[in-house]
Amino acid sequence: MQQPPFAAPELVCPAGSLRALQLAVDAGADTVYLGLKNATNARNFAGLNFDDAQVREGIAYAHKRGRKVLMALNTFAQSADVTPWYRAVDTAVDFGADALICADTAVMAYATRTHPELRLHLSVQASATSYEAINFYQRHYNIQRAVLPRVLTLQQVQHVLRNTSVEIECFAFGSLCVMVEGRCTLSSYATGQSPNNVGVCSPPSAVRWTDTPTGVESRLGGMLIDHYAPDEPRGYPTICKGRFVVEGKRDYAIEEPTSLNTLAILPELMKMGVKALKIEGRQRSPAYTEQVTKVWRQAIDAAKASPDRFSVQPTWTATLGHLAEGQQHTLGALDRPWR
Amino acid sequence: MSSERISLTVGPVLTYWTRQALMDFYAGVAESAADTVVLGEVVCSRRYEFKLDDWLDLAADLRAAGKEIVLATQGLIESEADLRVVRRIAEQRDYLVEAGDASALAVLEPAGVPFAIGPHLNVYSRAALEEHAGFGAVRWTAPAELPLEAMGRVNPAADPVKAGETPVATEAFGFGRMPLAFSARCFTARHHRLSKDQCEFRCQDYPDGLLLSTSDGKPFLVLNGIQTQGAAQHCLIEQREQIVANGVRRLRLSPCSQHFTTVVACFEQVMNQGAPAAAARRELEAIALPGGLANGYAQGRAGMEWKAA
Repeated sequence: MQQPPFAAPELVCPAGSLRALQLAVDAGADTVYLGLKNATNARNFAGLNFDDAQVREGIAYAHKRGRKVLMALNTFAQSADVTPWYRAVDTAVDFGADALICADTAVMAYATRTHPELRLHLSVQASATSYEAINFYQRHYNIQRAVLPRVLTLQQVQHVLRNTSVEIECFAFGSLCVMVEGRCTLSSYATGQSPNNVGVCSPPSAVRWTDTPTGVESRLGGMLIDHYAPDEPRGYPTICKGRFVVEGKRDYAIEEPTSLNTLAILPELMKMGVKALKIEGRQRSPAYTEQVTKVWRQAIDAAKASPDRFSVQPTWTATLGHLAEGQQHTLGALDRPWR
Repeated sequence: MSSERISLTVGPVLTYWTRQALMDFYAGVAESAADTVVLGEVVCSRRYEFKLDDWLDLAADLRAAGKEIVLATQGLIESEADLRVVRRIAEQRDYLVEAGDASALAVLEPAGVPFAIGPHLNVYSRAALEEHAGFGAVRWTAPAELPLEAMGRVNPAADPVKAGETPVATEAFGFGRMPLAFSARCFTARHHRLSKDQCEFRCQDYPDGLLLSTSDGKPFLVLNGIQTQGAAQHCLIEQREQIVANGVRRLRLSPCSQHFTTVVACFEQVMNQGAPAAAARRELEAIALPGGLANGYAQGRAGMEWKAA
């Protein structure tokens, strides 16, 4: 019996800059996501993100080619002044963004009451890990898509899909956050700044590299995160991927530097009805965005054409392996070893 | 000194203790000056020395001893089994429920019952607290990283957010190792090269969690199964004036396995009996857990920092 054709999931790619947006669109992204140059988005690094003119130009570029643009507004509006978040909602509407990716009830309330026609996607930062949580945000704020935190097994993802009418977006590839997004304050414990309150994990201003006779030390907020031998590859000092001592053993005590890569289970994700696949990496280079987008465009097209004959091409794995953090891949929570 | 009482809340036991250790701990709490006790397993569904019925029995005993009881739901919900526990907790009407995540909000809000917001629901502004008050929240435990001044802006004493006619009460994390992160992965099991499903309940070997130090020997974090905590004991014993000024009327004291009754007594003396804070702080410093004291979050600084009053 012939298998019914599967709907191809939307390929959602990161745009840390206008150049990255253009390359992602040209490389086959269905949708790109971007953020403003301030604390309203969770990748608030210097030199990244969009000013108003760039948002306008980026949206025009994508729309002209029939692609969509999502605006990430996924930090939590701060008590001192919530207006930057509300202004960002207005900006998204004024410039014609296709949806807002948001996590904060204050932002969602403002958006639904002020711009009821605006499409809302629940950000991974909202930490909604169950269909009950997702349906709650649908009831109150009419969210139309939810991005799942990277904590569920494949079966659990399927269970969510069966119990909600909200579209589900899953992370497909990129540097792996091993903590539940929106629930991690490791960075602020060491530096005072976290993804939730400033939109940045391990802020560059708190990072120190020091040469020593035995290699290079990386510190965050003064705490030693790792020490590299002279010929060892170096990683950015995010706490969850540092080397520490537990019961006398020095090791990656939380997680190795590694990237999530779900290419191997792409047909399963499609059969389950995952609506969109997200590529992580607004902080990476435009060239990274372009290369990853190309691989995933080919993979999705191949899986759509013949899901039962889908196999991961060695060239895809080689390209992604080269771009992965620590050159390592994992299926993360989707796979058995984490259980 | 204002005469209004600062209520002391015993937070949920975050680490995995034996049944006997839990019984002994709560016997001490029953005799203590604590006003409120938050019960339940909030970290890992594989921990079942106490099942929900055991927590409910304990709740009845502690209520009889004069304590207000709050039942907390788990912080990270992954399975239908997790949701069933949330529903059972939310459906009972004897005790206030503390929502650990939005799944709990989804169950509590349609029931139209008052509830408490746990520290992992991200409320960082007055507008967000007003949304939650609209769902029925009458009590709010602020996220650990929120400075006291920000709590005062979110929910000021002079003009509190209201759930119907009820002013929302603010609770701050006052003492203990702060929960900083949750993961799908169990780091205690990983440390022992075990899978999560065959973890052998190694958490029970570490009643105050598994200490993680930097390579140059500084205590930094604590692994507690799928949860990561700061190694330092968050301690606001010297901040009474700031606590009161920012509308905080409840302090959460997070359990440690040793000397916890001393912690409660120190806070009661300083917050409600006019005792000097410096002496109490020295007594808390002597409690034998590595990591020292920290109060940076209260001042809008790194959470691990300590700044003397």
